[in-house]
Amino acid sequence: MTTATAGAAPAPAAPGNGHARAGRGSVLDLPWVRFAVRRAGGLVLALALLVTVTFLIVPLLPGDPARAIAGSAATPQAVATIRADLGLDRPLPQRFVEYVGGLARGDLGTSFRYRVPVADVVATRLPYTVQLAVPAIVLVLALAVPLGMAVGVLTRGGRRRRLDVAFGVVAGAVAAVPPYVLGTLLVVTLAIGLKLFPPGGAQTPASLVLPILALSLGPACAVARVVRAETSSVLEQEFLRTARARRLPAGRLYLRHALPNLLTSVLTLTGLVLTSLLGGTVVIENVFSYPGLGTEIVQAIVSKDYPVIQGIILCVGVLALLVNLLVDVVLGLVDPRTLTGGHHGG
Amino acid sequence: MSPFTPAGATSPEATEVPTPPLVHVEDLVVVLGHGRSARTVLDHVDLTVERGGVHGLVGESGSGKSTLAKALVGVHRPASGRISLGGIPLPRRGMRGRRAAGLPRVQLVPQDPWSSLDPRRTVAETIAEAVDPVRARVAPARARISALLEQVRLDADAADRYPHQFSGGQRQRIAVARALAGDPDLLVADEITSALDLTTQAEILDLLADLRARLGLTMLFISHDLAVVREISDEVTVLLHGRVVERGPTESVFARPSDGYTRRLLAADPGSPGFSLEAGPV
Amino acid sequence: MAVDTALLAEAALRGPAQRRAWRRSPSLLAGGAVLLLLVVVGVVAPLVLSGRAETLTGDANLAPGAGNWLGTDPFGRDILARALVATRLTLLMAAGATALSFVAGVALGAGALLAPPRVRQVLLRVFDAAVAFPSLVLALVVAAVLGAGAGSAVVAIGLAGIPGFARLTYNLAQGVATRDFVTTAHLLGVPGPRVLTRHVLPNVSGPLLVLLTSSFALSLLEISSLSFVGLGVQSPQYDWGRLLNEALPSIYTAPWLVLAPSLMLVLAGAGAMLAGDGVARLVDPRQVHGAPAAAPAPAARRPPDAVVLGEDDDAADDAVLVVDGLVVEAGGRRLVDDVSFRVRPGEVVGLVGESGSGKSTIAMAVAGLLADGLVADARTLRLRDLDLLGRPPARRLATELGIVFQDPSATFNPALRLGSQLTEVLRVHLRRPRAVARDAVVAALTEIKVTEPRRRLHQHPHELSGGMLQRASIAAALTTGPALLVADEPTTALDVTVQAEVLRQLRRLQREHGTAVLFISHDIGVVGALCDTVLVLRDGRVIDRTTGAALRAGEANHPWTAALLAARPGTRQDRATA
Repeated sequence: MTTATAGAAPAPAAPGNGHARAGRGSVLDLPWVRFAVRRAGGLVLALALLVTVTFLIVPLLPGDPARAIAGSAATPQAVATIRADLGLDRPLPQRFVEYVGGLARGDLGTSFRYRVPVADVVATRLPYTVQLAVPAIVLVLALAVPLGMAVGVLTRGGRRRRLDVAFGVVAGAVAAVPPYVLGTLLVVTLAIGLKLFPPGGAQTPASLVLPILALSLGPACAVARVVRAETSSVLEQEFLRTARARRLPAGRLYLRHALPNLLTSVLTLTGLVLTSLLGGTVVIENVFSYPGLGTEIVQAIVSKDYPVIQGIILCVGVLALLVNLLVDVVLGLVDPRTLTGGHHGG
Repeated sequence: MSPFTPAGATSPEATEVPTPPLVHVEDLVVVLGHGRSARTVLDHVDLTVERGGVHGLVGESGSGKSTLAKALVGVHRPASGRISLGGIPLPRRGMRGRRAAGLPRVQLVPQDPWSSLDPRRTVAETIAEAVDPVRARVAPARARISALLEQVRLDADAADRYPHQFSGGQRQRIAVARALAGDPDLLVADEITSALDLTTQAEILDLLADLRARLGLTMLFISHDLAVVREISDEVTVLLHGRVVERGPTESVFARPSDGYTRRLLAADPGSPGFSLEAGPV
Repeated sequence: MAVDTALLAEAALRGPAQRRAWRRSPSLLAGGAVLLLLVVVGVVAPLVLSGRAETLTGDANLAPGAGNWLGTDPFGRDILARALVATRLTLLMAAGATALSFVAGVALGAGALLAPPRVRQVLLRVFDAAVAFPSLVLALVVAAVLGAGAGSAVVAIGLAGIPGFARLTYNLAQGVATRDFVTTAHLLGVPGPRVLTRHVLPNVSGPLLVLLTSSFALSLLEISSLSFVGLGVQSPQYDWGRLLNEALPSIYTAPWLVLAPSLMLVLAGAGAMLAGDGVARLVDPRQVHGAPAAAPAPAARRPPDAVVLGEDDDAADDAVLVVDGLVVEAGGRRLVDDVSFRVRPGEVVGLVGESGSGKSTIAMAVAGLLADGLVADARTLRLRDLDLLGRPPARRLATELGIVFQDPSATFNPALRLGSQLTEVLRVHLRRPRAVARDAVVAALTEIKVTEPRRRLHQHPHELSGGMLQRASIAAALTTGPALLVADEPTTALDVTVQAEVLRQLRRLQREHGTAVLFISHDIGVVGALCDTVLVLRDGRVIDRTTGAALRAGEANHPWTAALLAARPGTRQDRATA
């Protein structure tokens, strides 16, 4: 705390009276610019890691990759064709440069199965996955934040122990049910039993309801538990006592004073939940035979269509990075301190 | 070496002996942080502590007094300037790792009694580690541990209890006992009474005075509280924003402060005769 | 589930867990019981039920009934038996994957802590980048390379869990590594790896245990999901995920097939969740760390009915604050015991005492802001004509009672600008328009000599020094012209020179506005300098009533007051040199 002595100079202190505000001199000192610079570094590294990993999938295949891809029954000519296709006869660094160059041109390779560019495969499948993931993310937050806050407020300081225990058990149990099990159970009860929704496919908007529910209920409960815990701890903070000393109405106390302080930590954790939700999408699509990236990548793995696998992993990885970036930007808007801070979360 | 060197002649005037001072800091600059966030915390600081003396280091938050303490034990590296202990330059790696032969031992007693003791280790285990840093075995050090606890006026049965079973004042005693176990030539006490009640602080100050009389300890006593420093030190250095603004024998600094900041600091102590809330602000 | 574990990052550990805590944690018992049951099933079921689970019979596709509780599959095998037998393989795979993530993750995280700064930065960046990707997608990469199968599923999920473990281990260990006892160990010459094993890892073992529990559940569910999409366990082997996968094609004709594996997955997930919750509660310092040795509870004693105030009763009617027979209890322990005093208009009354003396509790009882679990009672507790024991109107309380708290860096809301906080009472309770309220606050800030008052309103609290914030607190409290200002250790967190200045401003404004003040401090010098009347507190009782003038003169008629005066270092020095 270098600033605490500022009050020692009582008189007409200089304008900059003792604090570490960023000087106006350099653009680099503006919080958002510094944030962008710092974030860009992380983003480049993560992208590099992602590209390296996807590239390595083929060279890492045990034995002769071309033989592994073609299968044991393939003719030598077929194996040779694949080898040439993948450029396996060329040295590794050269192939890596070519791979990165291709990515830069938007060339993700050609699917073995469909004989069409992987970019086209991804482009047809991606909108379906986004259609699932985005509403699910919105639903998670819309359910979790009010629910968690309400329970946190109601059980503050050891009040209503029964509600506390009930919420802990129910939310915990739902959070512990994996999306694909929840999805399966929803299909059995709501789609097959009650015939309320179509059990699969993507023909009508109604067919989105079950997958989105299956995807978001668990994470919503997990986030609600975090929100509840954070609410309790924020309500114990001294600044909340200050706000109480102003005898504010309950709504103002909780929404204006508690909520902004919750968001920082909740959003940080939400970033983690959302990335895992992206992983859940991959699995859940298989429950509902939903034509997104998830069903495609599983089929591609089964049929060893490596260019498609690489393309989809790259695509999902970029989506995860975008989600993380979005969370950080929202954090910066909500709480400017996170812009300058080194690290939060993780 | 015997654990407790007899006191001998410890008066600060006994400095005509031609040995180098225990601590000699010259032109020390310490910069914390990197790049754009780098701050100069210590700005060309000089400090000399003679053997057997108690040197008070006074300053408010941001003055750099704790940074100076950490630089002395090698936690912070100087950007420029020199630190020598007993005439031997402090190695780059500080007090960590292997010590150079003849380099005086320095022990730091940290400020916060709640974080300076490992909550999962008993008092005996904590002190045993100071006796033998590598093996840290309690059994061979039992007698030594009891003697050290007695030094800080704690019962021997304190040895097998955990830190959370003690009050703040008792924890500081344990921290002092651990520091004494290292058989130090210099004890650096960094705000060790700031977190304590006044009556507990008085007890710790009495303990330090007693240890000094019996063991001939040399001490660097760091505090924001001039009155405390006045009570315990022979010499005093006043720091402001990383610079030395005043130094000298304690009584002359208190009687005739030469720097405006020292005067303000003196006048701000509610117990001092010059303290008044009626005087209009400057 | 991984989310709950992140909460633990803040859980610093205080002391060894108390054994009794096990009994107080029903979720741990329930979760432990479920997991134990699963282990027993995993051991026993394959020995007993393999026949029913794997023998092909003619009873194909039977709905649940007497012979087969959860039905049979298209090959006439009992579904419940299959789900129970599958427990062993499922648990073994989950355990293998968790062990891989845990060992490699903890080693990498701890390694990063020991590594030289450059290496550490690189490692952390890589952890971060890896954590940003869904672990299931990383697992798919591994599955793509190794092909479908039980072994590759274990490796895939195990590898995918490493970055998270590494990052959390590092964060937890880093939190402990910056604490003084670790620095001290380094300075004592303890070798780095020994500091890690002796001090750092034991102190993060609690949170790591929670992490291990939830990570096991997560591995189990993710391995099952790999099997479920057909990339994990292959026929004829089967785990729960594989059973669910086999049930899916006939979900219309035989929906009961999904029931048994789903139930087992839900049971395992919920069991691990409960156990994790229980362990988390067990290692939570708020649960583990018993209250520090507090003053022993005085014998319960009702305040005497006869009203005997320590002061003349004539002035009772014009008193701003009347406290008579105040008692504050926390779960049967009496923190404040029969305290009575008055504050007259324009008077500054000081409460002084050491920690645990009850001085702040009295202030918060007067302000109606006692912490949860503390209950106040009194014969009389009133502010002018306002009964503070009843439910006084919020508007009057907010405007007639001003409060200044101890630590200015904690009493302001870090997320809101100062302007909105300082003008809040004026806007909400007195319905002043925004601009009017801001002008009033700017005037008050100017009066208390806050520099650049108008710009301050646009700043966040962390941009101001402690002294400036505390002045702003006092100024804001005075804008409504309160009858009483309660100041709870307002300068304790400040540097001495700043403290002197803030006290001077408080004194001046108090005189100019004629505000009565209840001033709480541990510093008998400050109380003596500022207050007209002083109450000395010890163990929740008033043990001495004196005046600021007497304290300034060093006079004390009670031995404890004398002891407090004598403990002041300045006084000790004077005595020593005299």
